[in-house]
Amino acid sequence: MHELSIAESILDLAVEEAKKRNSTAVVTIKLRLGEFTGVAREALEFGFEIARQDTLAERAVLEIEVVPLKTRCPLCGLIGRPIDDFCLLCAACGSPMEIISGREMQVEYLELAEAEQSAIVTGDE
Amino acid sequence: MERVSLLTDVRRTNDEVAAENQAIFRSMATLTVNLMSAPGAGKTTVLESTILRLGSHYRLAVIEGDLQTSIDSERILALGVPAHQITTGTVCHLDARMVRKAIAEFPLERVDVLFIENVGNLVCPAEFNLGEDLRVIVYSVVEGVEKPKKYPLMFHKADAVLLNKIDLIPYAGVELEELRKNVIEVNPRAAIFPISCRTGEGLEMWTQFLTVRIGAHKATATESV
Repeated sequence: MHELSIAESILDLAVEEAKKRNSTAVVTIKLRLGEFTGVAREALEFGFEIARQDTLAERAVLEIEVVPLKTRCPLCGLIGRPIDDFCLLCAACGSPMEIISGREMQVEYLELAEAEQSAIVTGDE
Repeated sequence: MERVSLLTDVRRTNDEVAAENQAIFRSMATLTVNLMSAPGAGKTTVLESTILRLGSHYRLAVIEGDLQTSIDSERILALGVPAHQITTGTVCHLDARMVRKAIAEFPLERVDVLFIENVGNLVCPAEFNLGEDLRVIVYSVVEGVEKPKKYPLMFHKADAVLLNKIDLIPYAGVELEELRKNVIEVNPRAAIFPISCRTGEGLEMWTQFLTVRIGAHKATATESV
């Protein structure tokens, strides 16, 4: 399975950014994952658990927003959602539809611990 | 805590290497074909049949991808065509970095067409660009008619689908038109070629398609020089 290598790619992106900003920990990784990618969410979460160990992201939470698969007919404008039965021919007019969402695999944002915050704070809050 | 907006595609690293591969192929005016299928659909046999028909007109080369063995690259070498075997061990797909490494070890001098035979797998190769010009799937008629619906992403991204082993249609109990229809539903734009490597039926249309693509590719390469 390749979800492990995808998890590693996500972690590489996050850790690279954290190092650039002198952060000592990645707290959250927000991922937008399209329904029509070759990636299974559960397998990705599992791969992430493995791959994050001994990295700056070892306690990071992977937040996954699943982006629904949507198609649109350029001729008649019909919006489709071909889940379980993927058909790109418009039900109304038979034209080939285009995919307008569902192919995303994007790290949208990171939440990083600032260098100072992860040090022990004594004194006033 | 700091929120950092990234908006970075996870596939970026592979895509960057794929783009570099593509630039290398373009600089040599090499048309590159990523050949994919389920295990046993007939990719290597398709390559042998293609080589027999085009090998005297064009300079061909093949990169083979398998988990284990060099059986496939040996078949290609036996036809006098340069072939390089990538054995991935356990990895279920080729990626751009593997292809890049293969190109470095396997100098492609003025090759007209480079075929990259991917690992037999209809799932994972779909998301990994290699820097190819054409994505071609070999789909044999004995695999059942539902494959495009079961593996929509793979079939959706294909430029061409070769419906292989059509000589077995009477025994497979399938209709060619149903196979064709199921491919079109997930990919209305794919060029579909019913073929039999055993009898030779349909292979001329396939090799003609390649010939046109080779010509068009060379014309583009010349323009950009």
